[in-house]
Amino acid sequence: MSNEGVDDGRRRFLTAATSVVGAAGAAAVVWPFLASLRPSAKAQAAGAPVQADISKIEEGQQVTFVWRGSNIWVLRRSKDMITSLSQLTAQLSDPKCEQDQQPAYCKNETRSIKPEYLVMNGKCTHLGCSPSFKPDHPAPEIDANWLGGYFCPCHGSKYDLAGRVFNSMPAPLNMVVPPHRYVSDRVVMIGEDPTDAKKEAA
Amino acid sequence: MAIVPNPYKTTGFLGWIDDRFPLTKMWKDHLSEYYAPKNFNFWYYFGSLALLVLVNQLITGIFLTMNYKPSSADAFDSVQYIMRDVPWGSVIRYMHATGASAFFIVVYAHMFRGILYGSHRKPRELIWIFGSLIYLALMAEAFCGYVLPWGQMSYWGAQVIISLFGTIPYIGKELVEWIQGDYVPADATLNRLFSLHVVALPFVLVGLVFAHILALHEVGSNNPDGVEIKKNKDPVTHIPLDGIAFHPYYTVKDLVGISVFLIIFCAVIFFAPEGGGMVLEQPNFQMANPQVTPPEITPAWYFGVFYAMLRATPSLFHSALPGVIVMGAAVVIFFFLPWLDRSPVKSWRYKGPIFKTLLMLFALDFVILNYLGMQPVSPTHTLIARIGAIFYFGFFLLMPFYSQWEKTKPVPERVTE
Repeated sequence: MSNEGVDDGRRRFLTAATSVVGAAGAAAVVWPFLASLRPSAKAQAAGAPVQADISKIEEGQQVTFVWRGSNIWVLRRSKDMITSLSQLTAQLSDPKCEQDQQPAYCKNETRSIKPEYLVMNGKCTHLGCSPSFKPDHPAPEIDANWLGGYFCPCHGSKYDLAGRVFNSMPAPLNMVVPPHRYVSDRVVMIGEDPTDAKKEAA
Repeated sequence: MAIVPNPYKTTGFLGWIDDRFPLTKMWKDHLSEYYAPKNFNFWYYFGSLALLVLVNQLITGIFLTMNYKPSSADAFDSVQYIMRDVPWGSVIRYMHATGASAFFIVVYAHMFRGILYGSHRKPRELIWIFGSLIYLALMAEAFCGYVLPWGQMSYWGAQVIISLFGTIPYIGKELVEWIQGDYVPADATLNRLFSLHVVALPFVLVGLVFAHILALHEVGSNNPDGVEIKKNKDPVTHIPLDGIAFHPYYTVKDLVGISVFLIIFCAVIFFAPEGGGMVLEQPNFQMANPQVTPPEITPAWYFGVFYAMLRATPSLFHSALPGVIVMGAAVVIFFFLPWLDRSPVKSWRYKGPIFKTLLMLFALDFVILNYLGMQPVSPTHTLIARIGAIFYFGFFLLMPFYSQWEKTKPVPERVTE
C-alpha cells in the first residue's frame, strides 16, 4: 500500500473525529450500567409511606414502625420527659436543631409537631447503629446527669429524648426526624409532609 | 506454509507447541532461568504463600458458589445448608473463611518484608504500586465476602461501611442509596456484593497479581541486602553471580514454607475453625435483622487498624467525614512509600538506628491499633488510638526527612551470606 498523495491533515482530522465520536458513544454506554444500580421500581414501591396507629401508646412508651426498612420510633413523652429537654441545652451539640436533620415543621426544641409525640428514625448519625432507649434516670453508668435519652452501644454516642446529640460525641448530628403528618389524632402517616395532605384534598 | 522453528530447538509434541505458543520461553523466563538472589531468608516465603492462599480462595470459592444463594431470604439458610447438609461443605467453608484471614496475615508479612529491605525502592516502584492495588482490591473483596452469609455482623458491618460514603458532602445520601440499590442494605445490596465478590473483584485481583509478578520479573527480585545482583554478571553466561534459578532452588524452598504454613492452616481448620471468634464472629450465627443492632459492631480483625483510626477521629462541622478521610489516607499513603523513603540505601541492614527504631515502633503501632479496632470504645482506648494514629502518619510523612538525613552504613558490592 502506498501513502503517496495522501492528505495527512484530512486523515488526522478524520481519525480524531472518529475517536471523539467513539469515546462519546463509549461514555454513553456507561450510563445504563450506572443507572441500573439505583433503587429499583420494586424497592421504591416498598418505600412508600406507612400509616402508624399511635392511639395505644402509653405515656413513656416507645413503639417501632418500619418505613423504608428503617426503624421509625414513636415515643410518647411524659411531662417530665418534655421538661427534661430544656434543661440540657448547654450539653448539646445542636440544641436549636440548626442542622438539616428534621423537616422545617419539626425545627423546635421537642423536634416534633406535637410535643407529646417524637417521631424519629432510630439510627445513630455516626455509623448507622441503632441506639438503645434509656428513659430511666439517674443512670450513672451512662452519664452523671442522665435525664433519660438514647445511648448508642456501638461507639457510645448519647442523645436526649428529642434525639439531639450531646457535645463531643462520635455522632456528629441529631438523629433524623422523617417527614410525617397527623392523619387524625390516632394515626400518623410516616413518609409524607403535612402539605401532602392538602395536595391530596385539592 | 512453512513455520519459523522456535529458538529452543524443542522437538516432538513440545516442539509443536513451542512453534505456536511460547511455552518453553515462559517456563524459562519465569522459572528455570529466572535468577533470584541467593540470600533470600524467612521473609521471602510470604509472596508464594499469598499465591497459594489466592488459589485456595478461588477453588473453595467456586465450590461454595455451587451451593450458596445470593438473596436476603435464602443466603443465611444456604450457608447453614453448606455447613450441615453438603458433604464436606463445612470443611470447604472453613478453608475459605480461614483462607481470608490467612491472606491478610501473609500479605501484611509480605508488605513488612518490602519495607524492611527496601523492595519498594527504585526500580521496583511499580511492583509496590501493583501490590498496594492488590491490597486495596483484597480489602474490597474481603468486605464483600463478609456480607454474603447475611448474619447479624454481615448486615451491620455492611451498614457501617456503606454509610461511610454517606459522609461525603452533598452527594452522600444519594450515593449510599445508589450503592445499596435500596434505602437500607437489602436484597439488592447483597446480590450486587455477591456479583463483585465472585466475578468482578477476582478478575481484578488475578490481573493485578499477574502485573505484580511481571513487573517483578522485569526488574528482578530485591534481597535482604538491597543490592542489585544484575550489576555483577558472569561475563560469559550473563547470569548474575549472586543469582540462582528460581526453579528448582526456590520452588523447593517455597515447598518447605508451604508445608509449614499448611500445618498451621489445617490446625486452624480442624481444631479452631472459628478462630476464637476472629475468623467467624459469634453475632454472625444469627440471621441479619435490620431492627436489632448487635451490642458491639466490630470489623473483621484485619481491618482493625483502619477502624480504630476511624473511631478515634473526632467529627468536624457536624460531619464524620474527617474520620473517613483519615481512614482512607491510612491506606492510600502506602502508595507513596517509594517516594517517601529517601535513604541512600535500600535495606534496613545498612540504615541507621533512627529508621530501625521507627520501623519497629511502626510495626508495634500497627498491632496496637489493630487490637484497639477490635475492642469496645473507651476514653483510654480513644486516647491511645489517637496517639497511635498520629505516629502512623508521622512515620510516613516525616520519612523524607529522617531517612535522608540519617547516616547509613556502607552497602557491600555483593550479597552477604
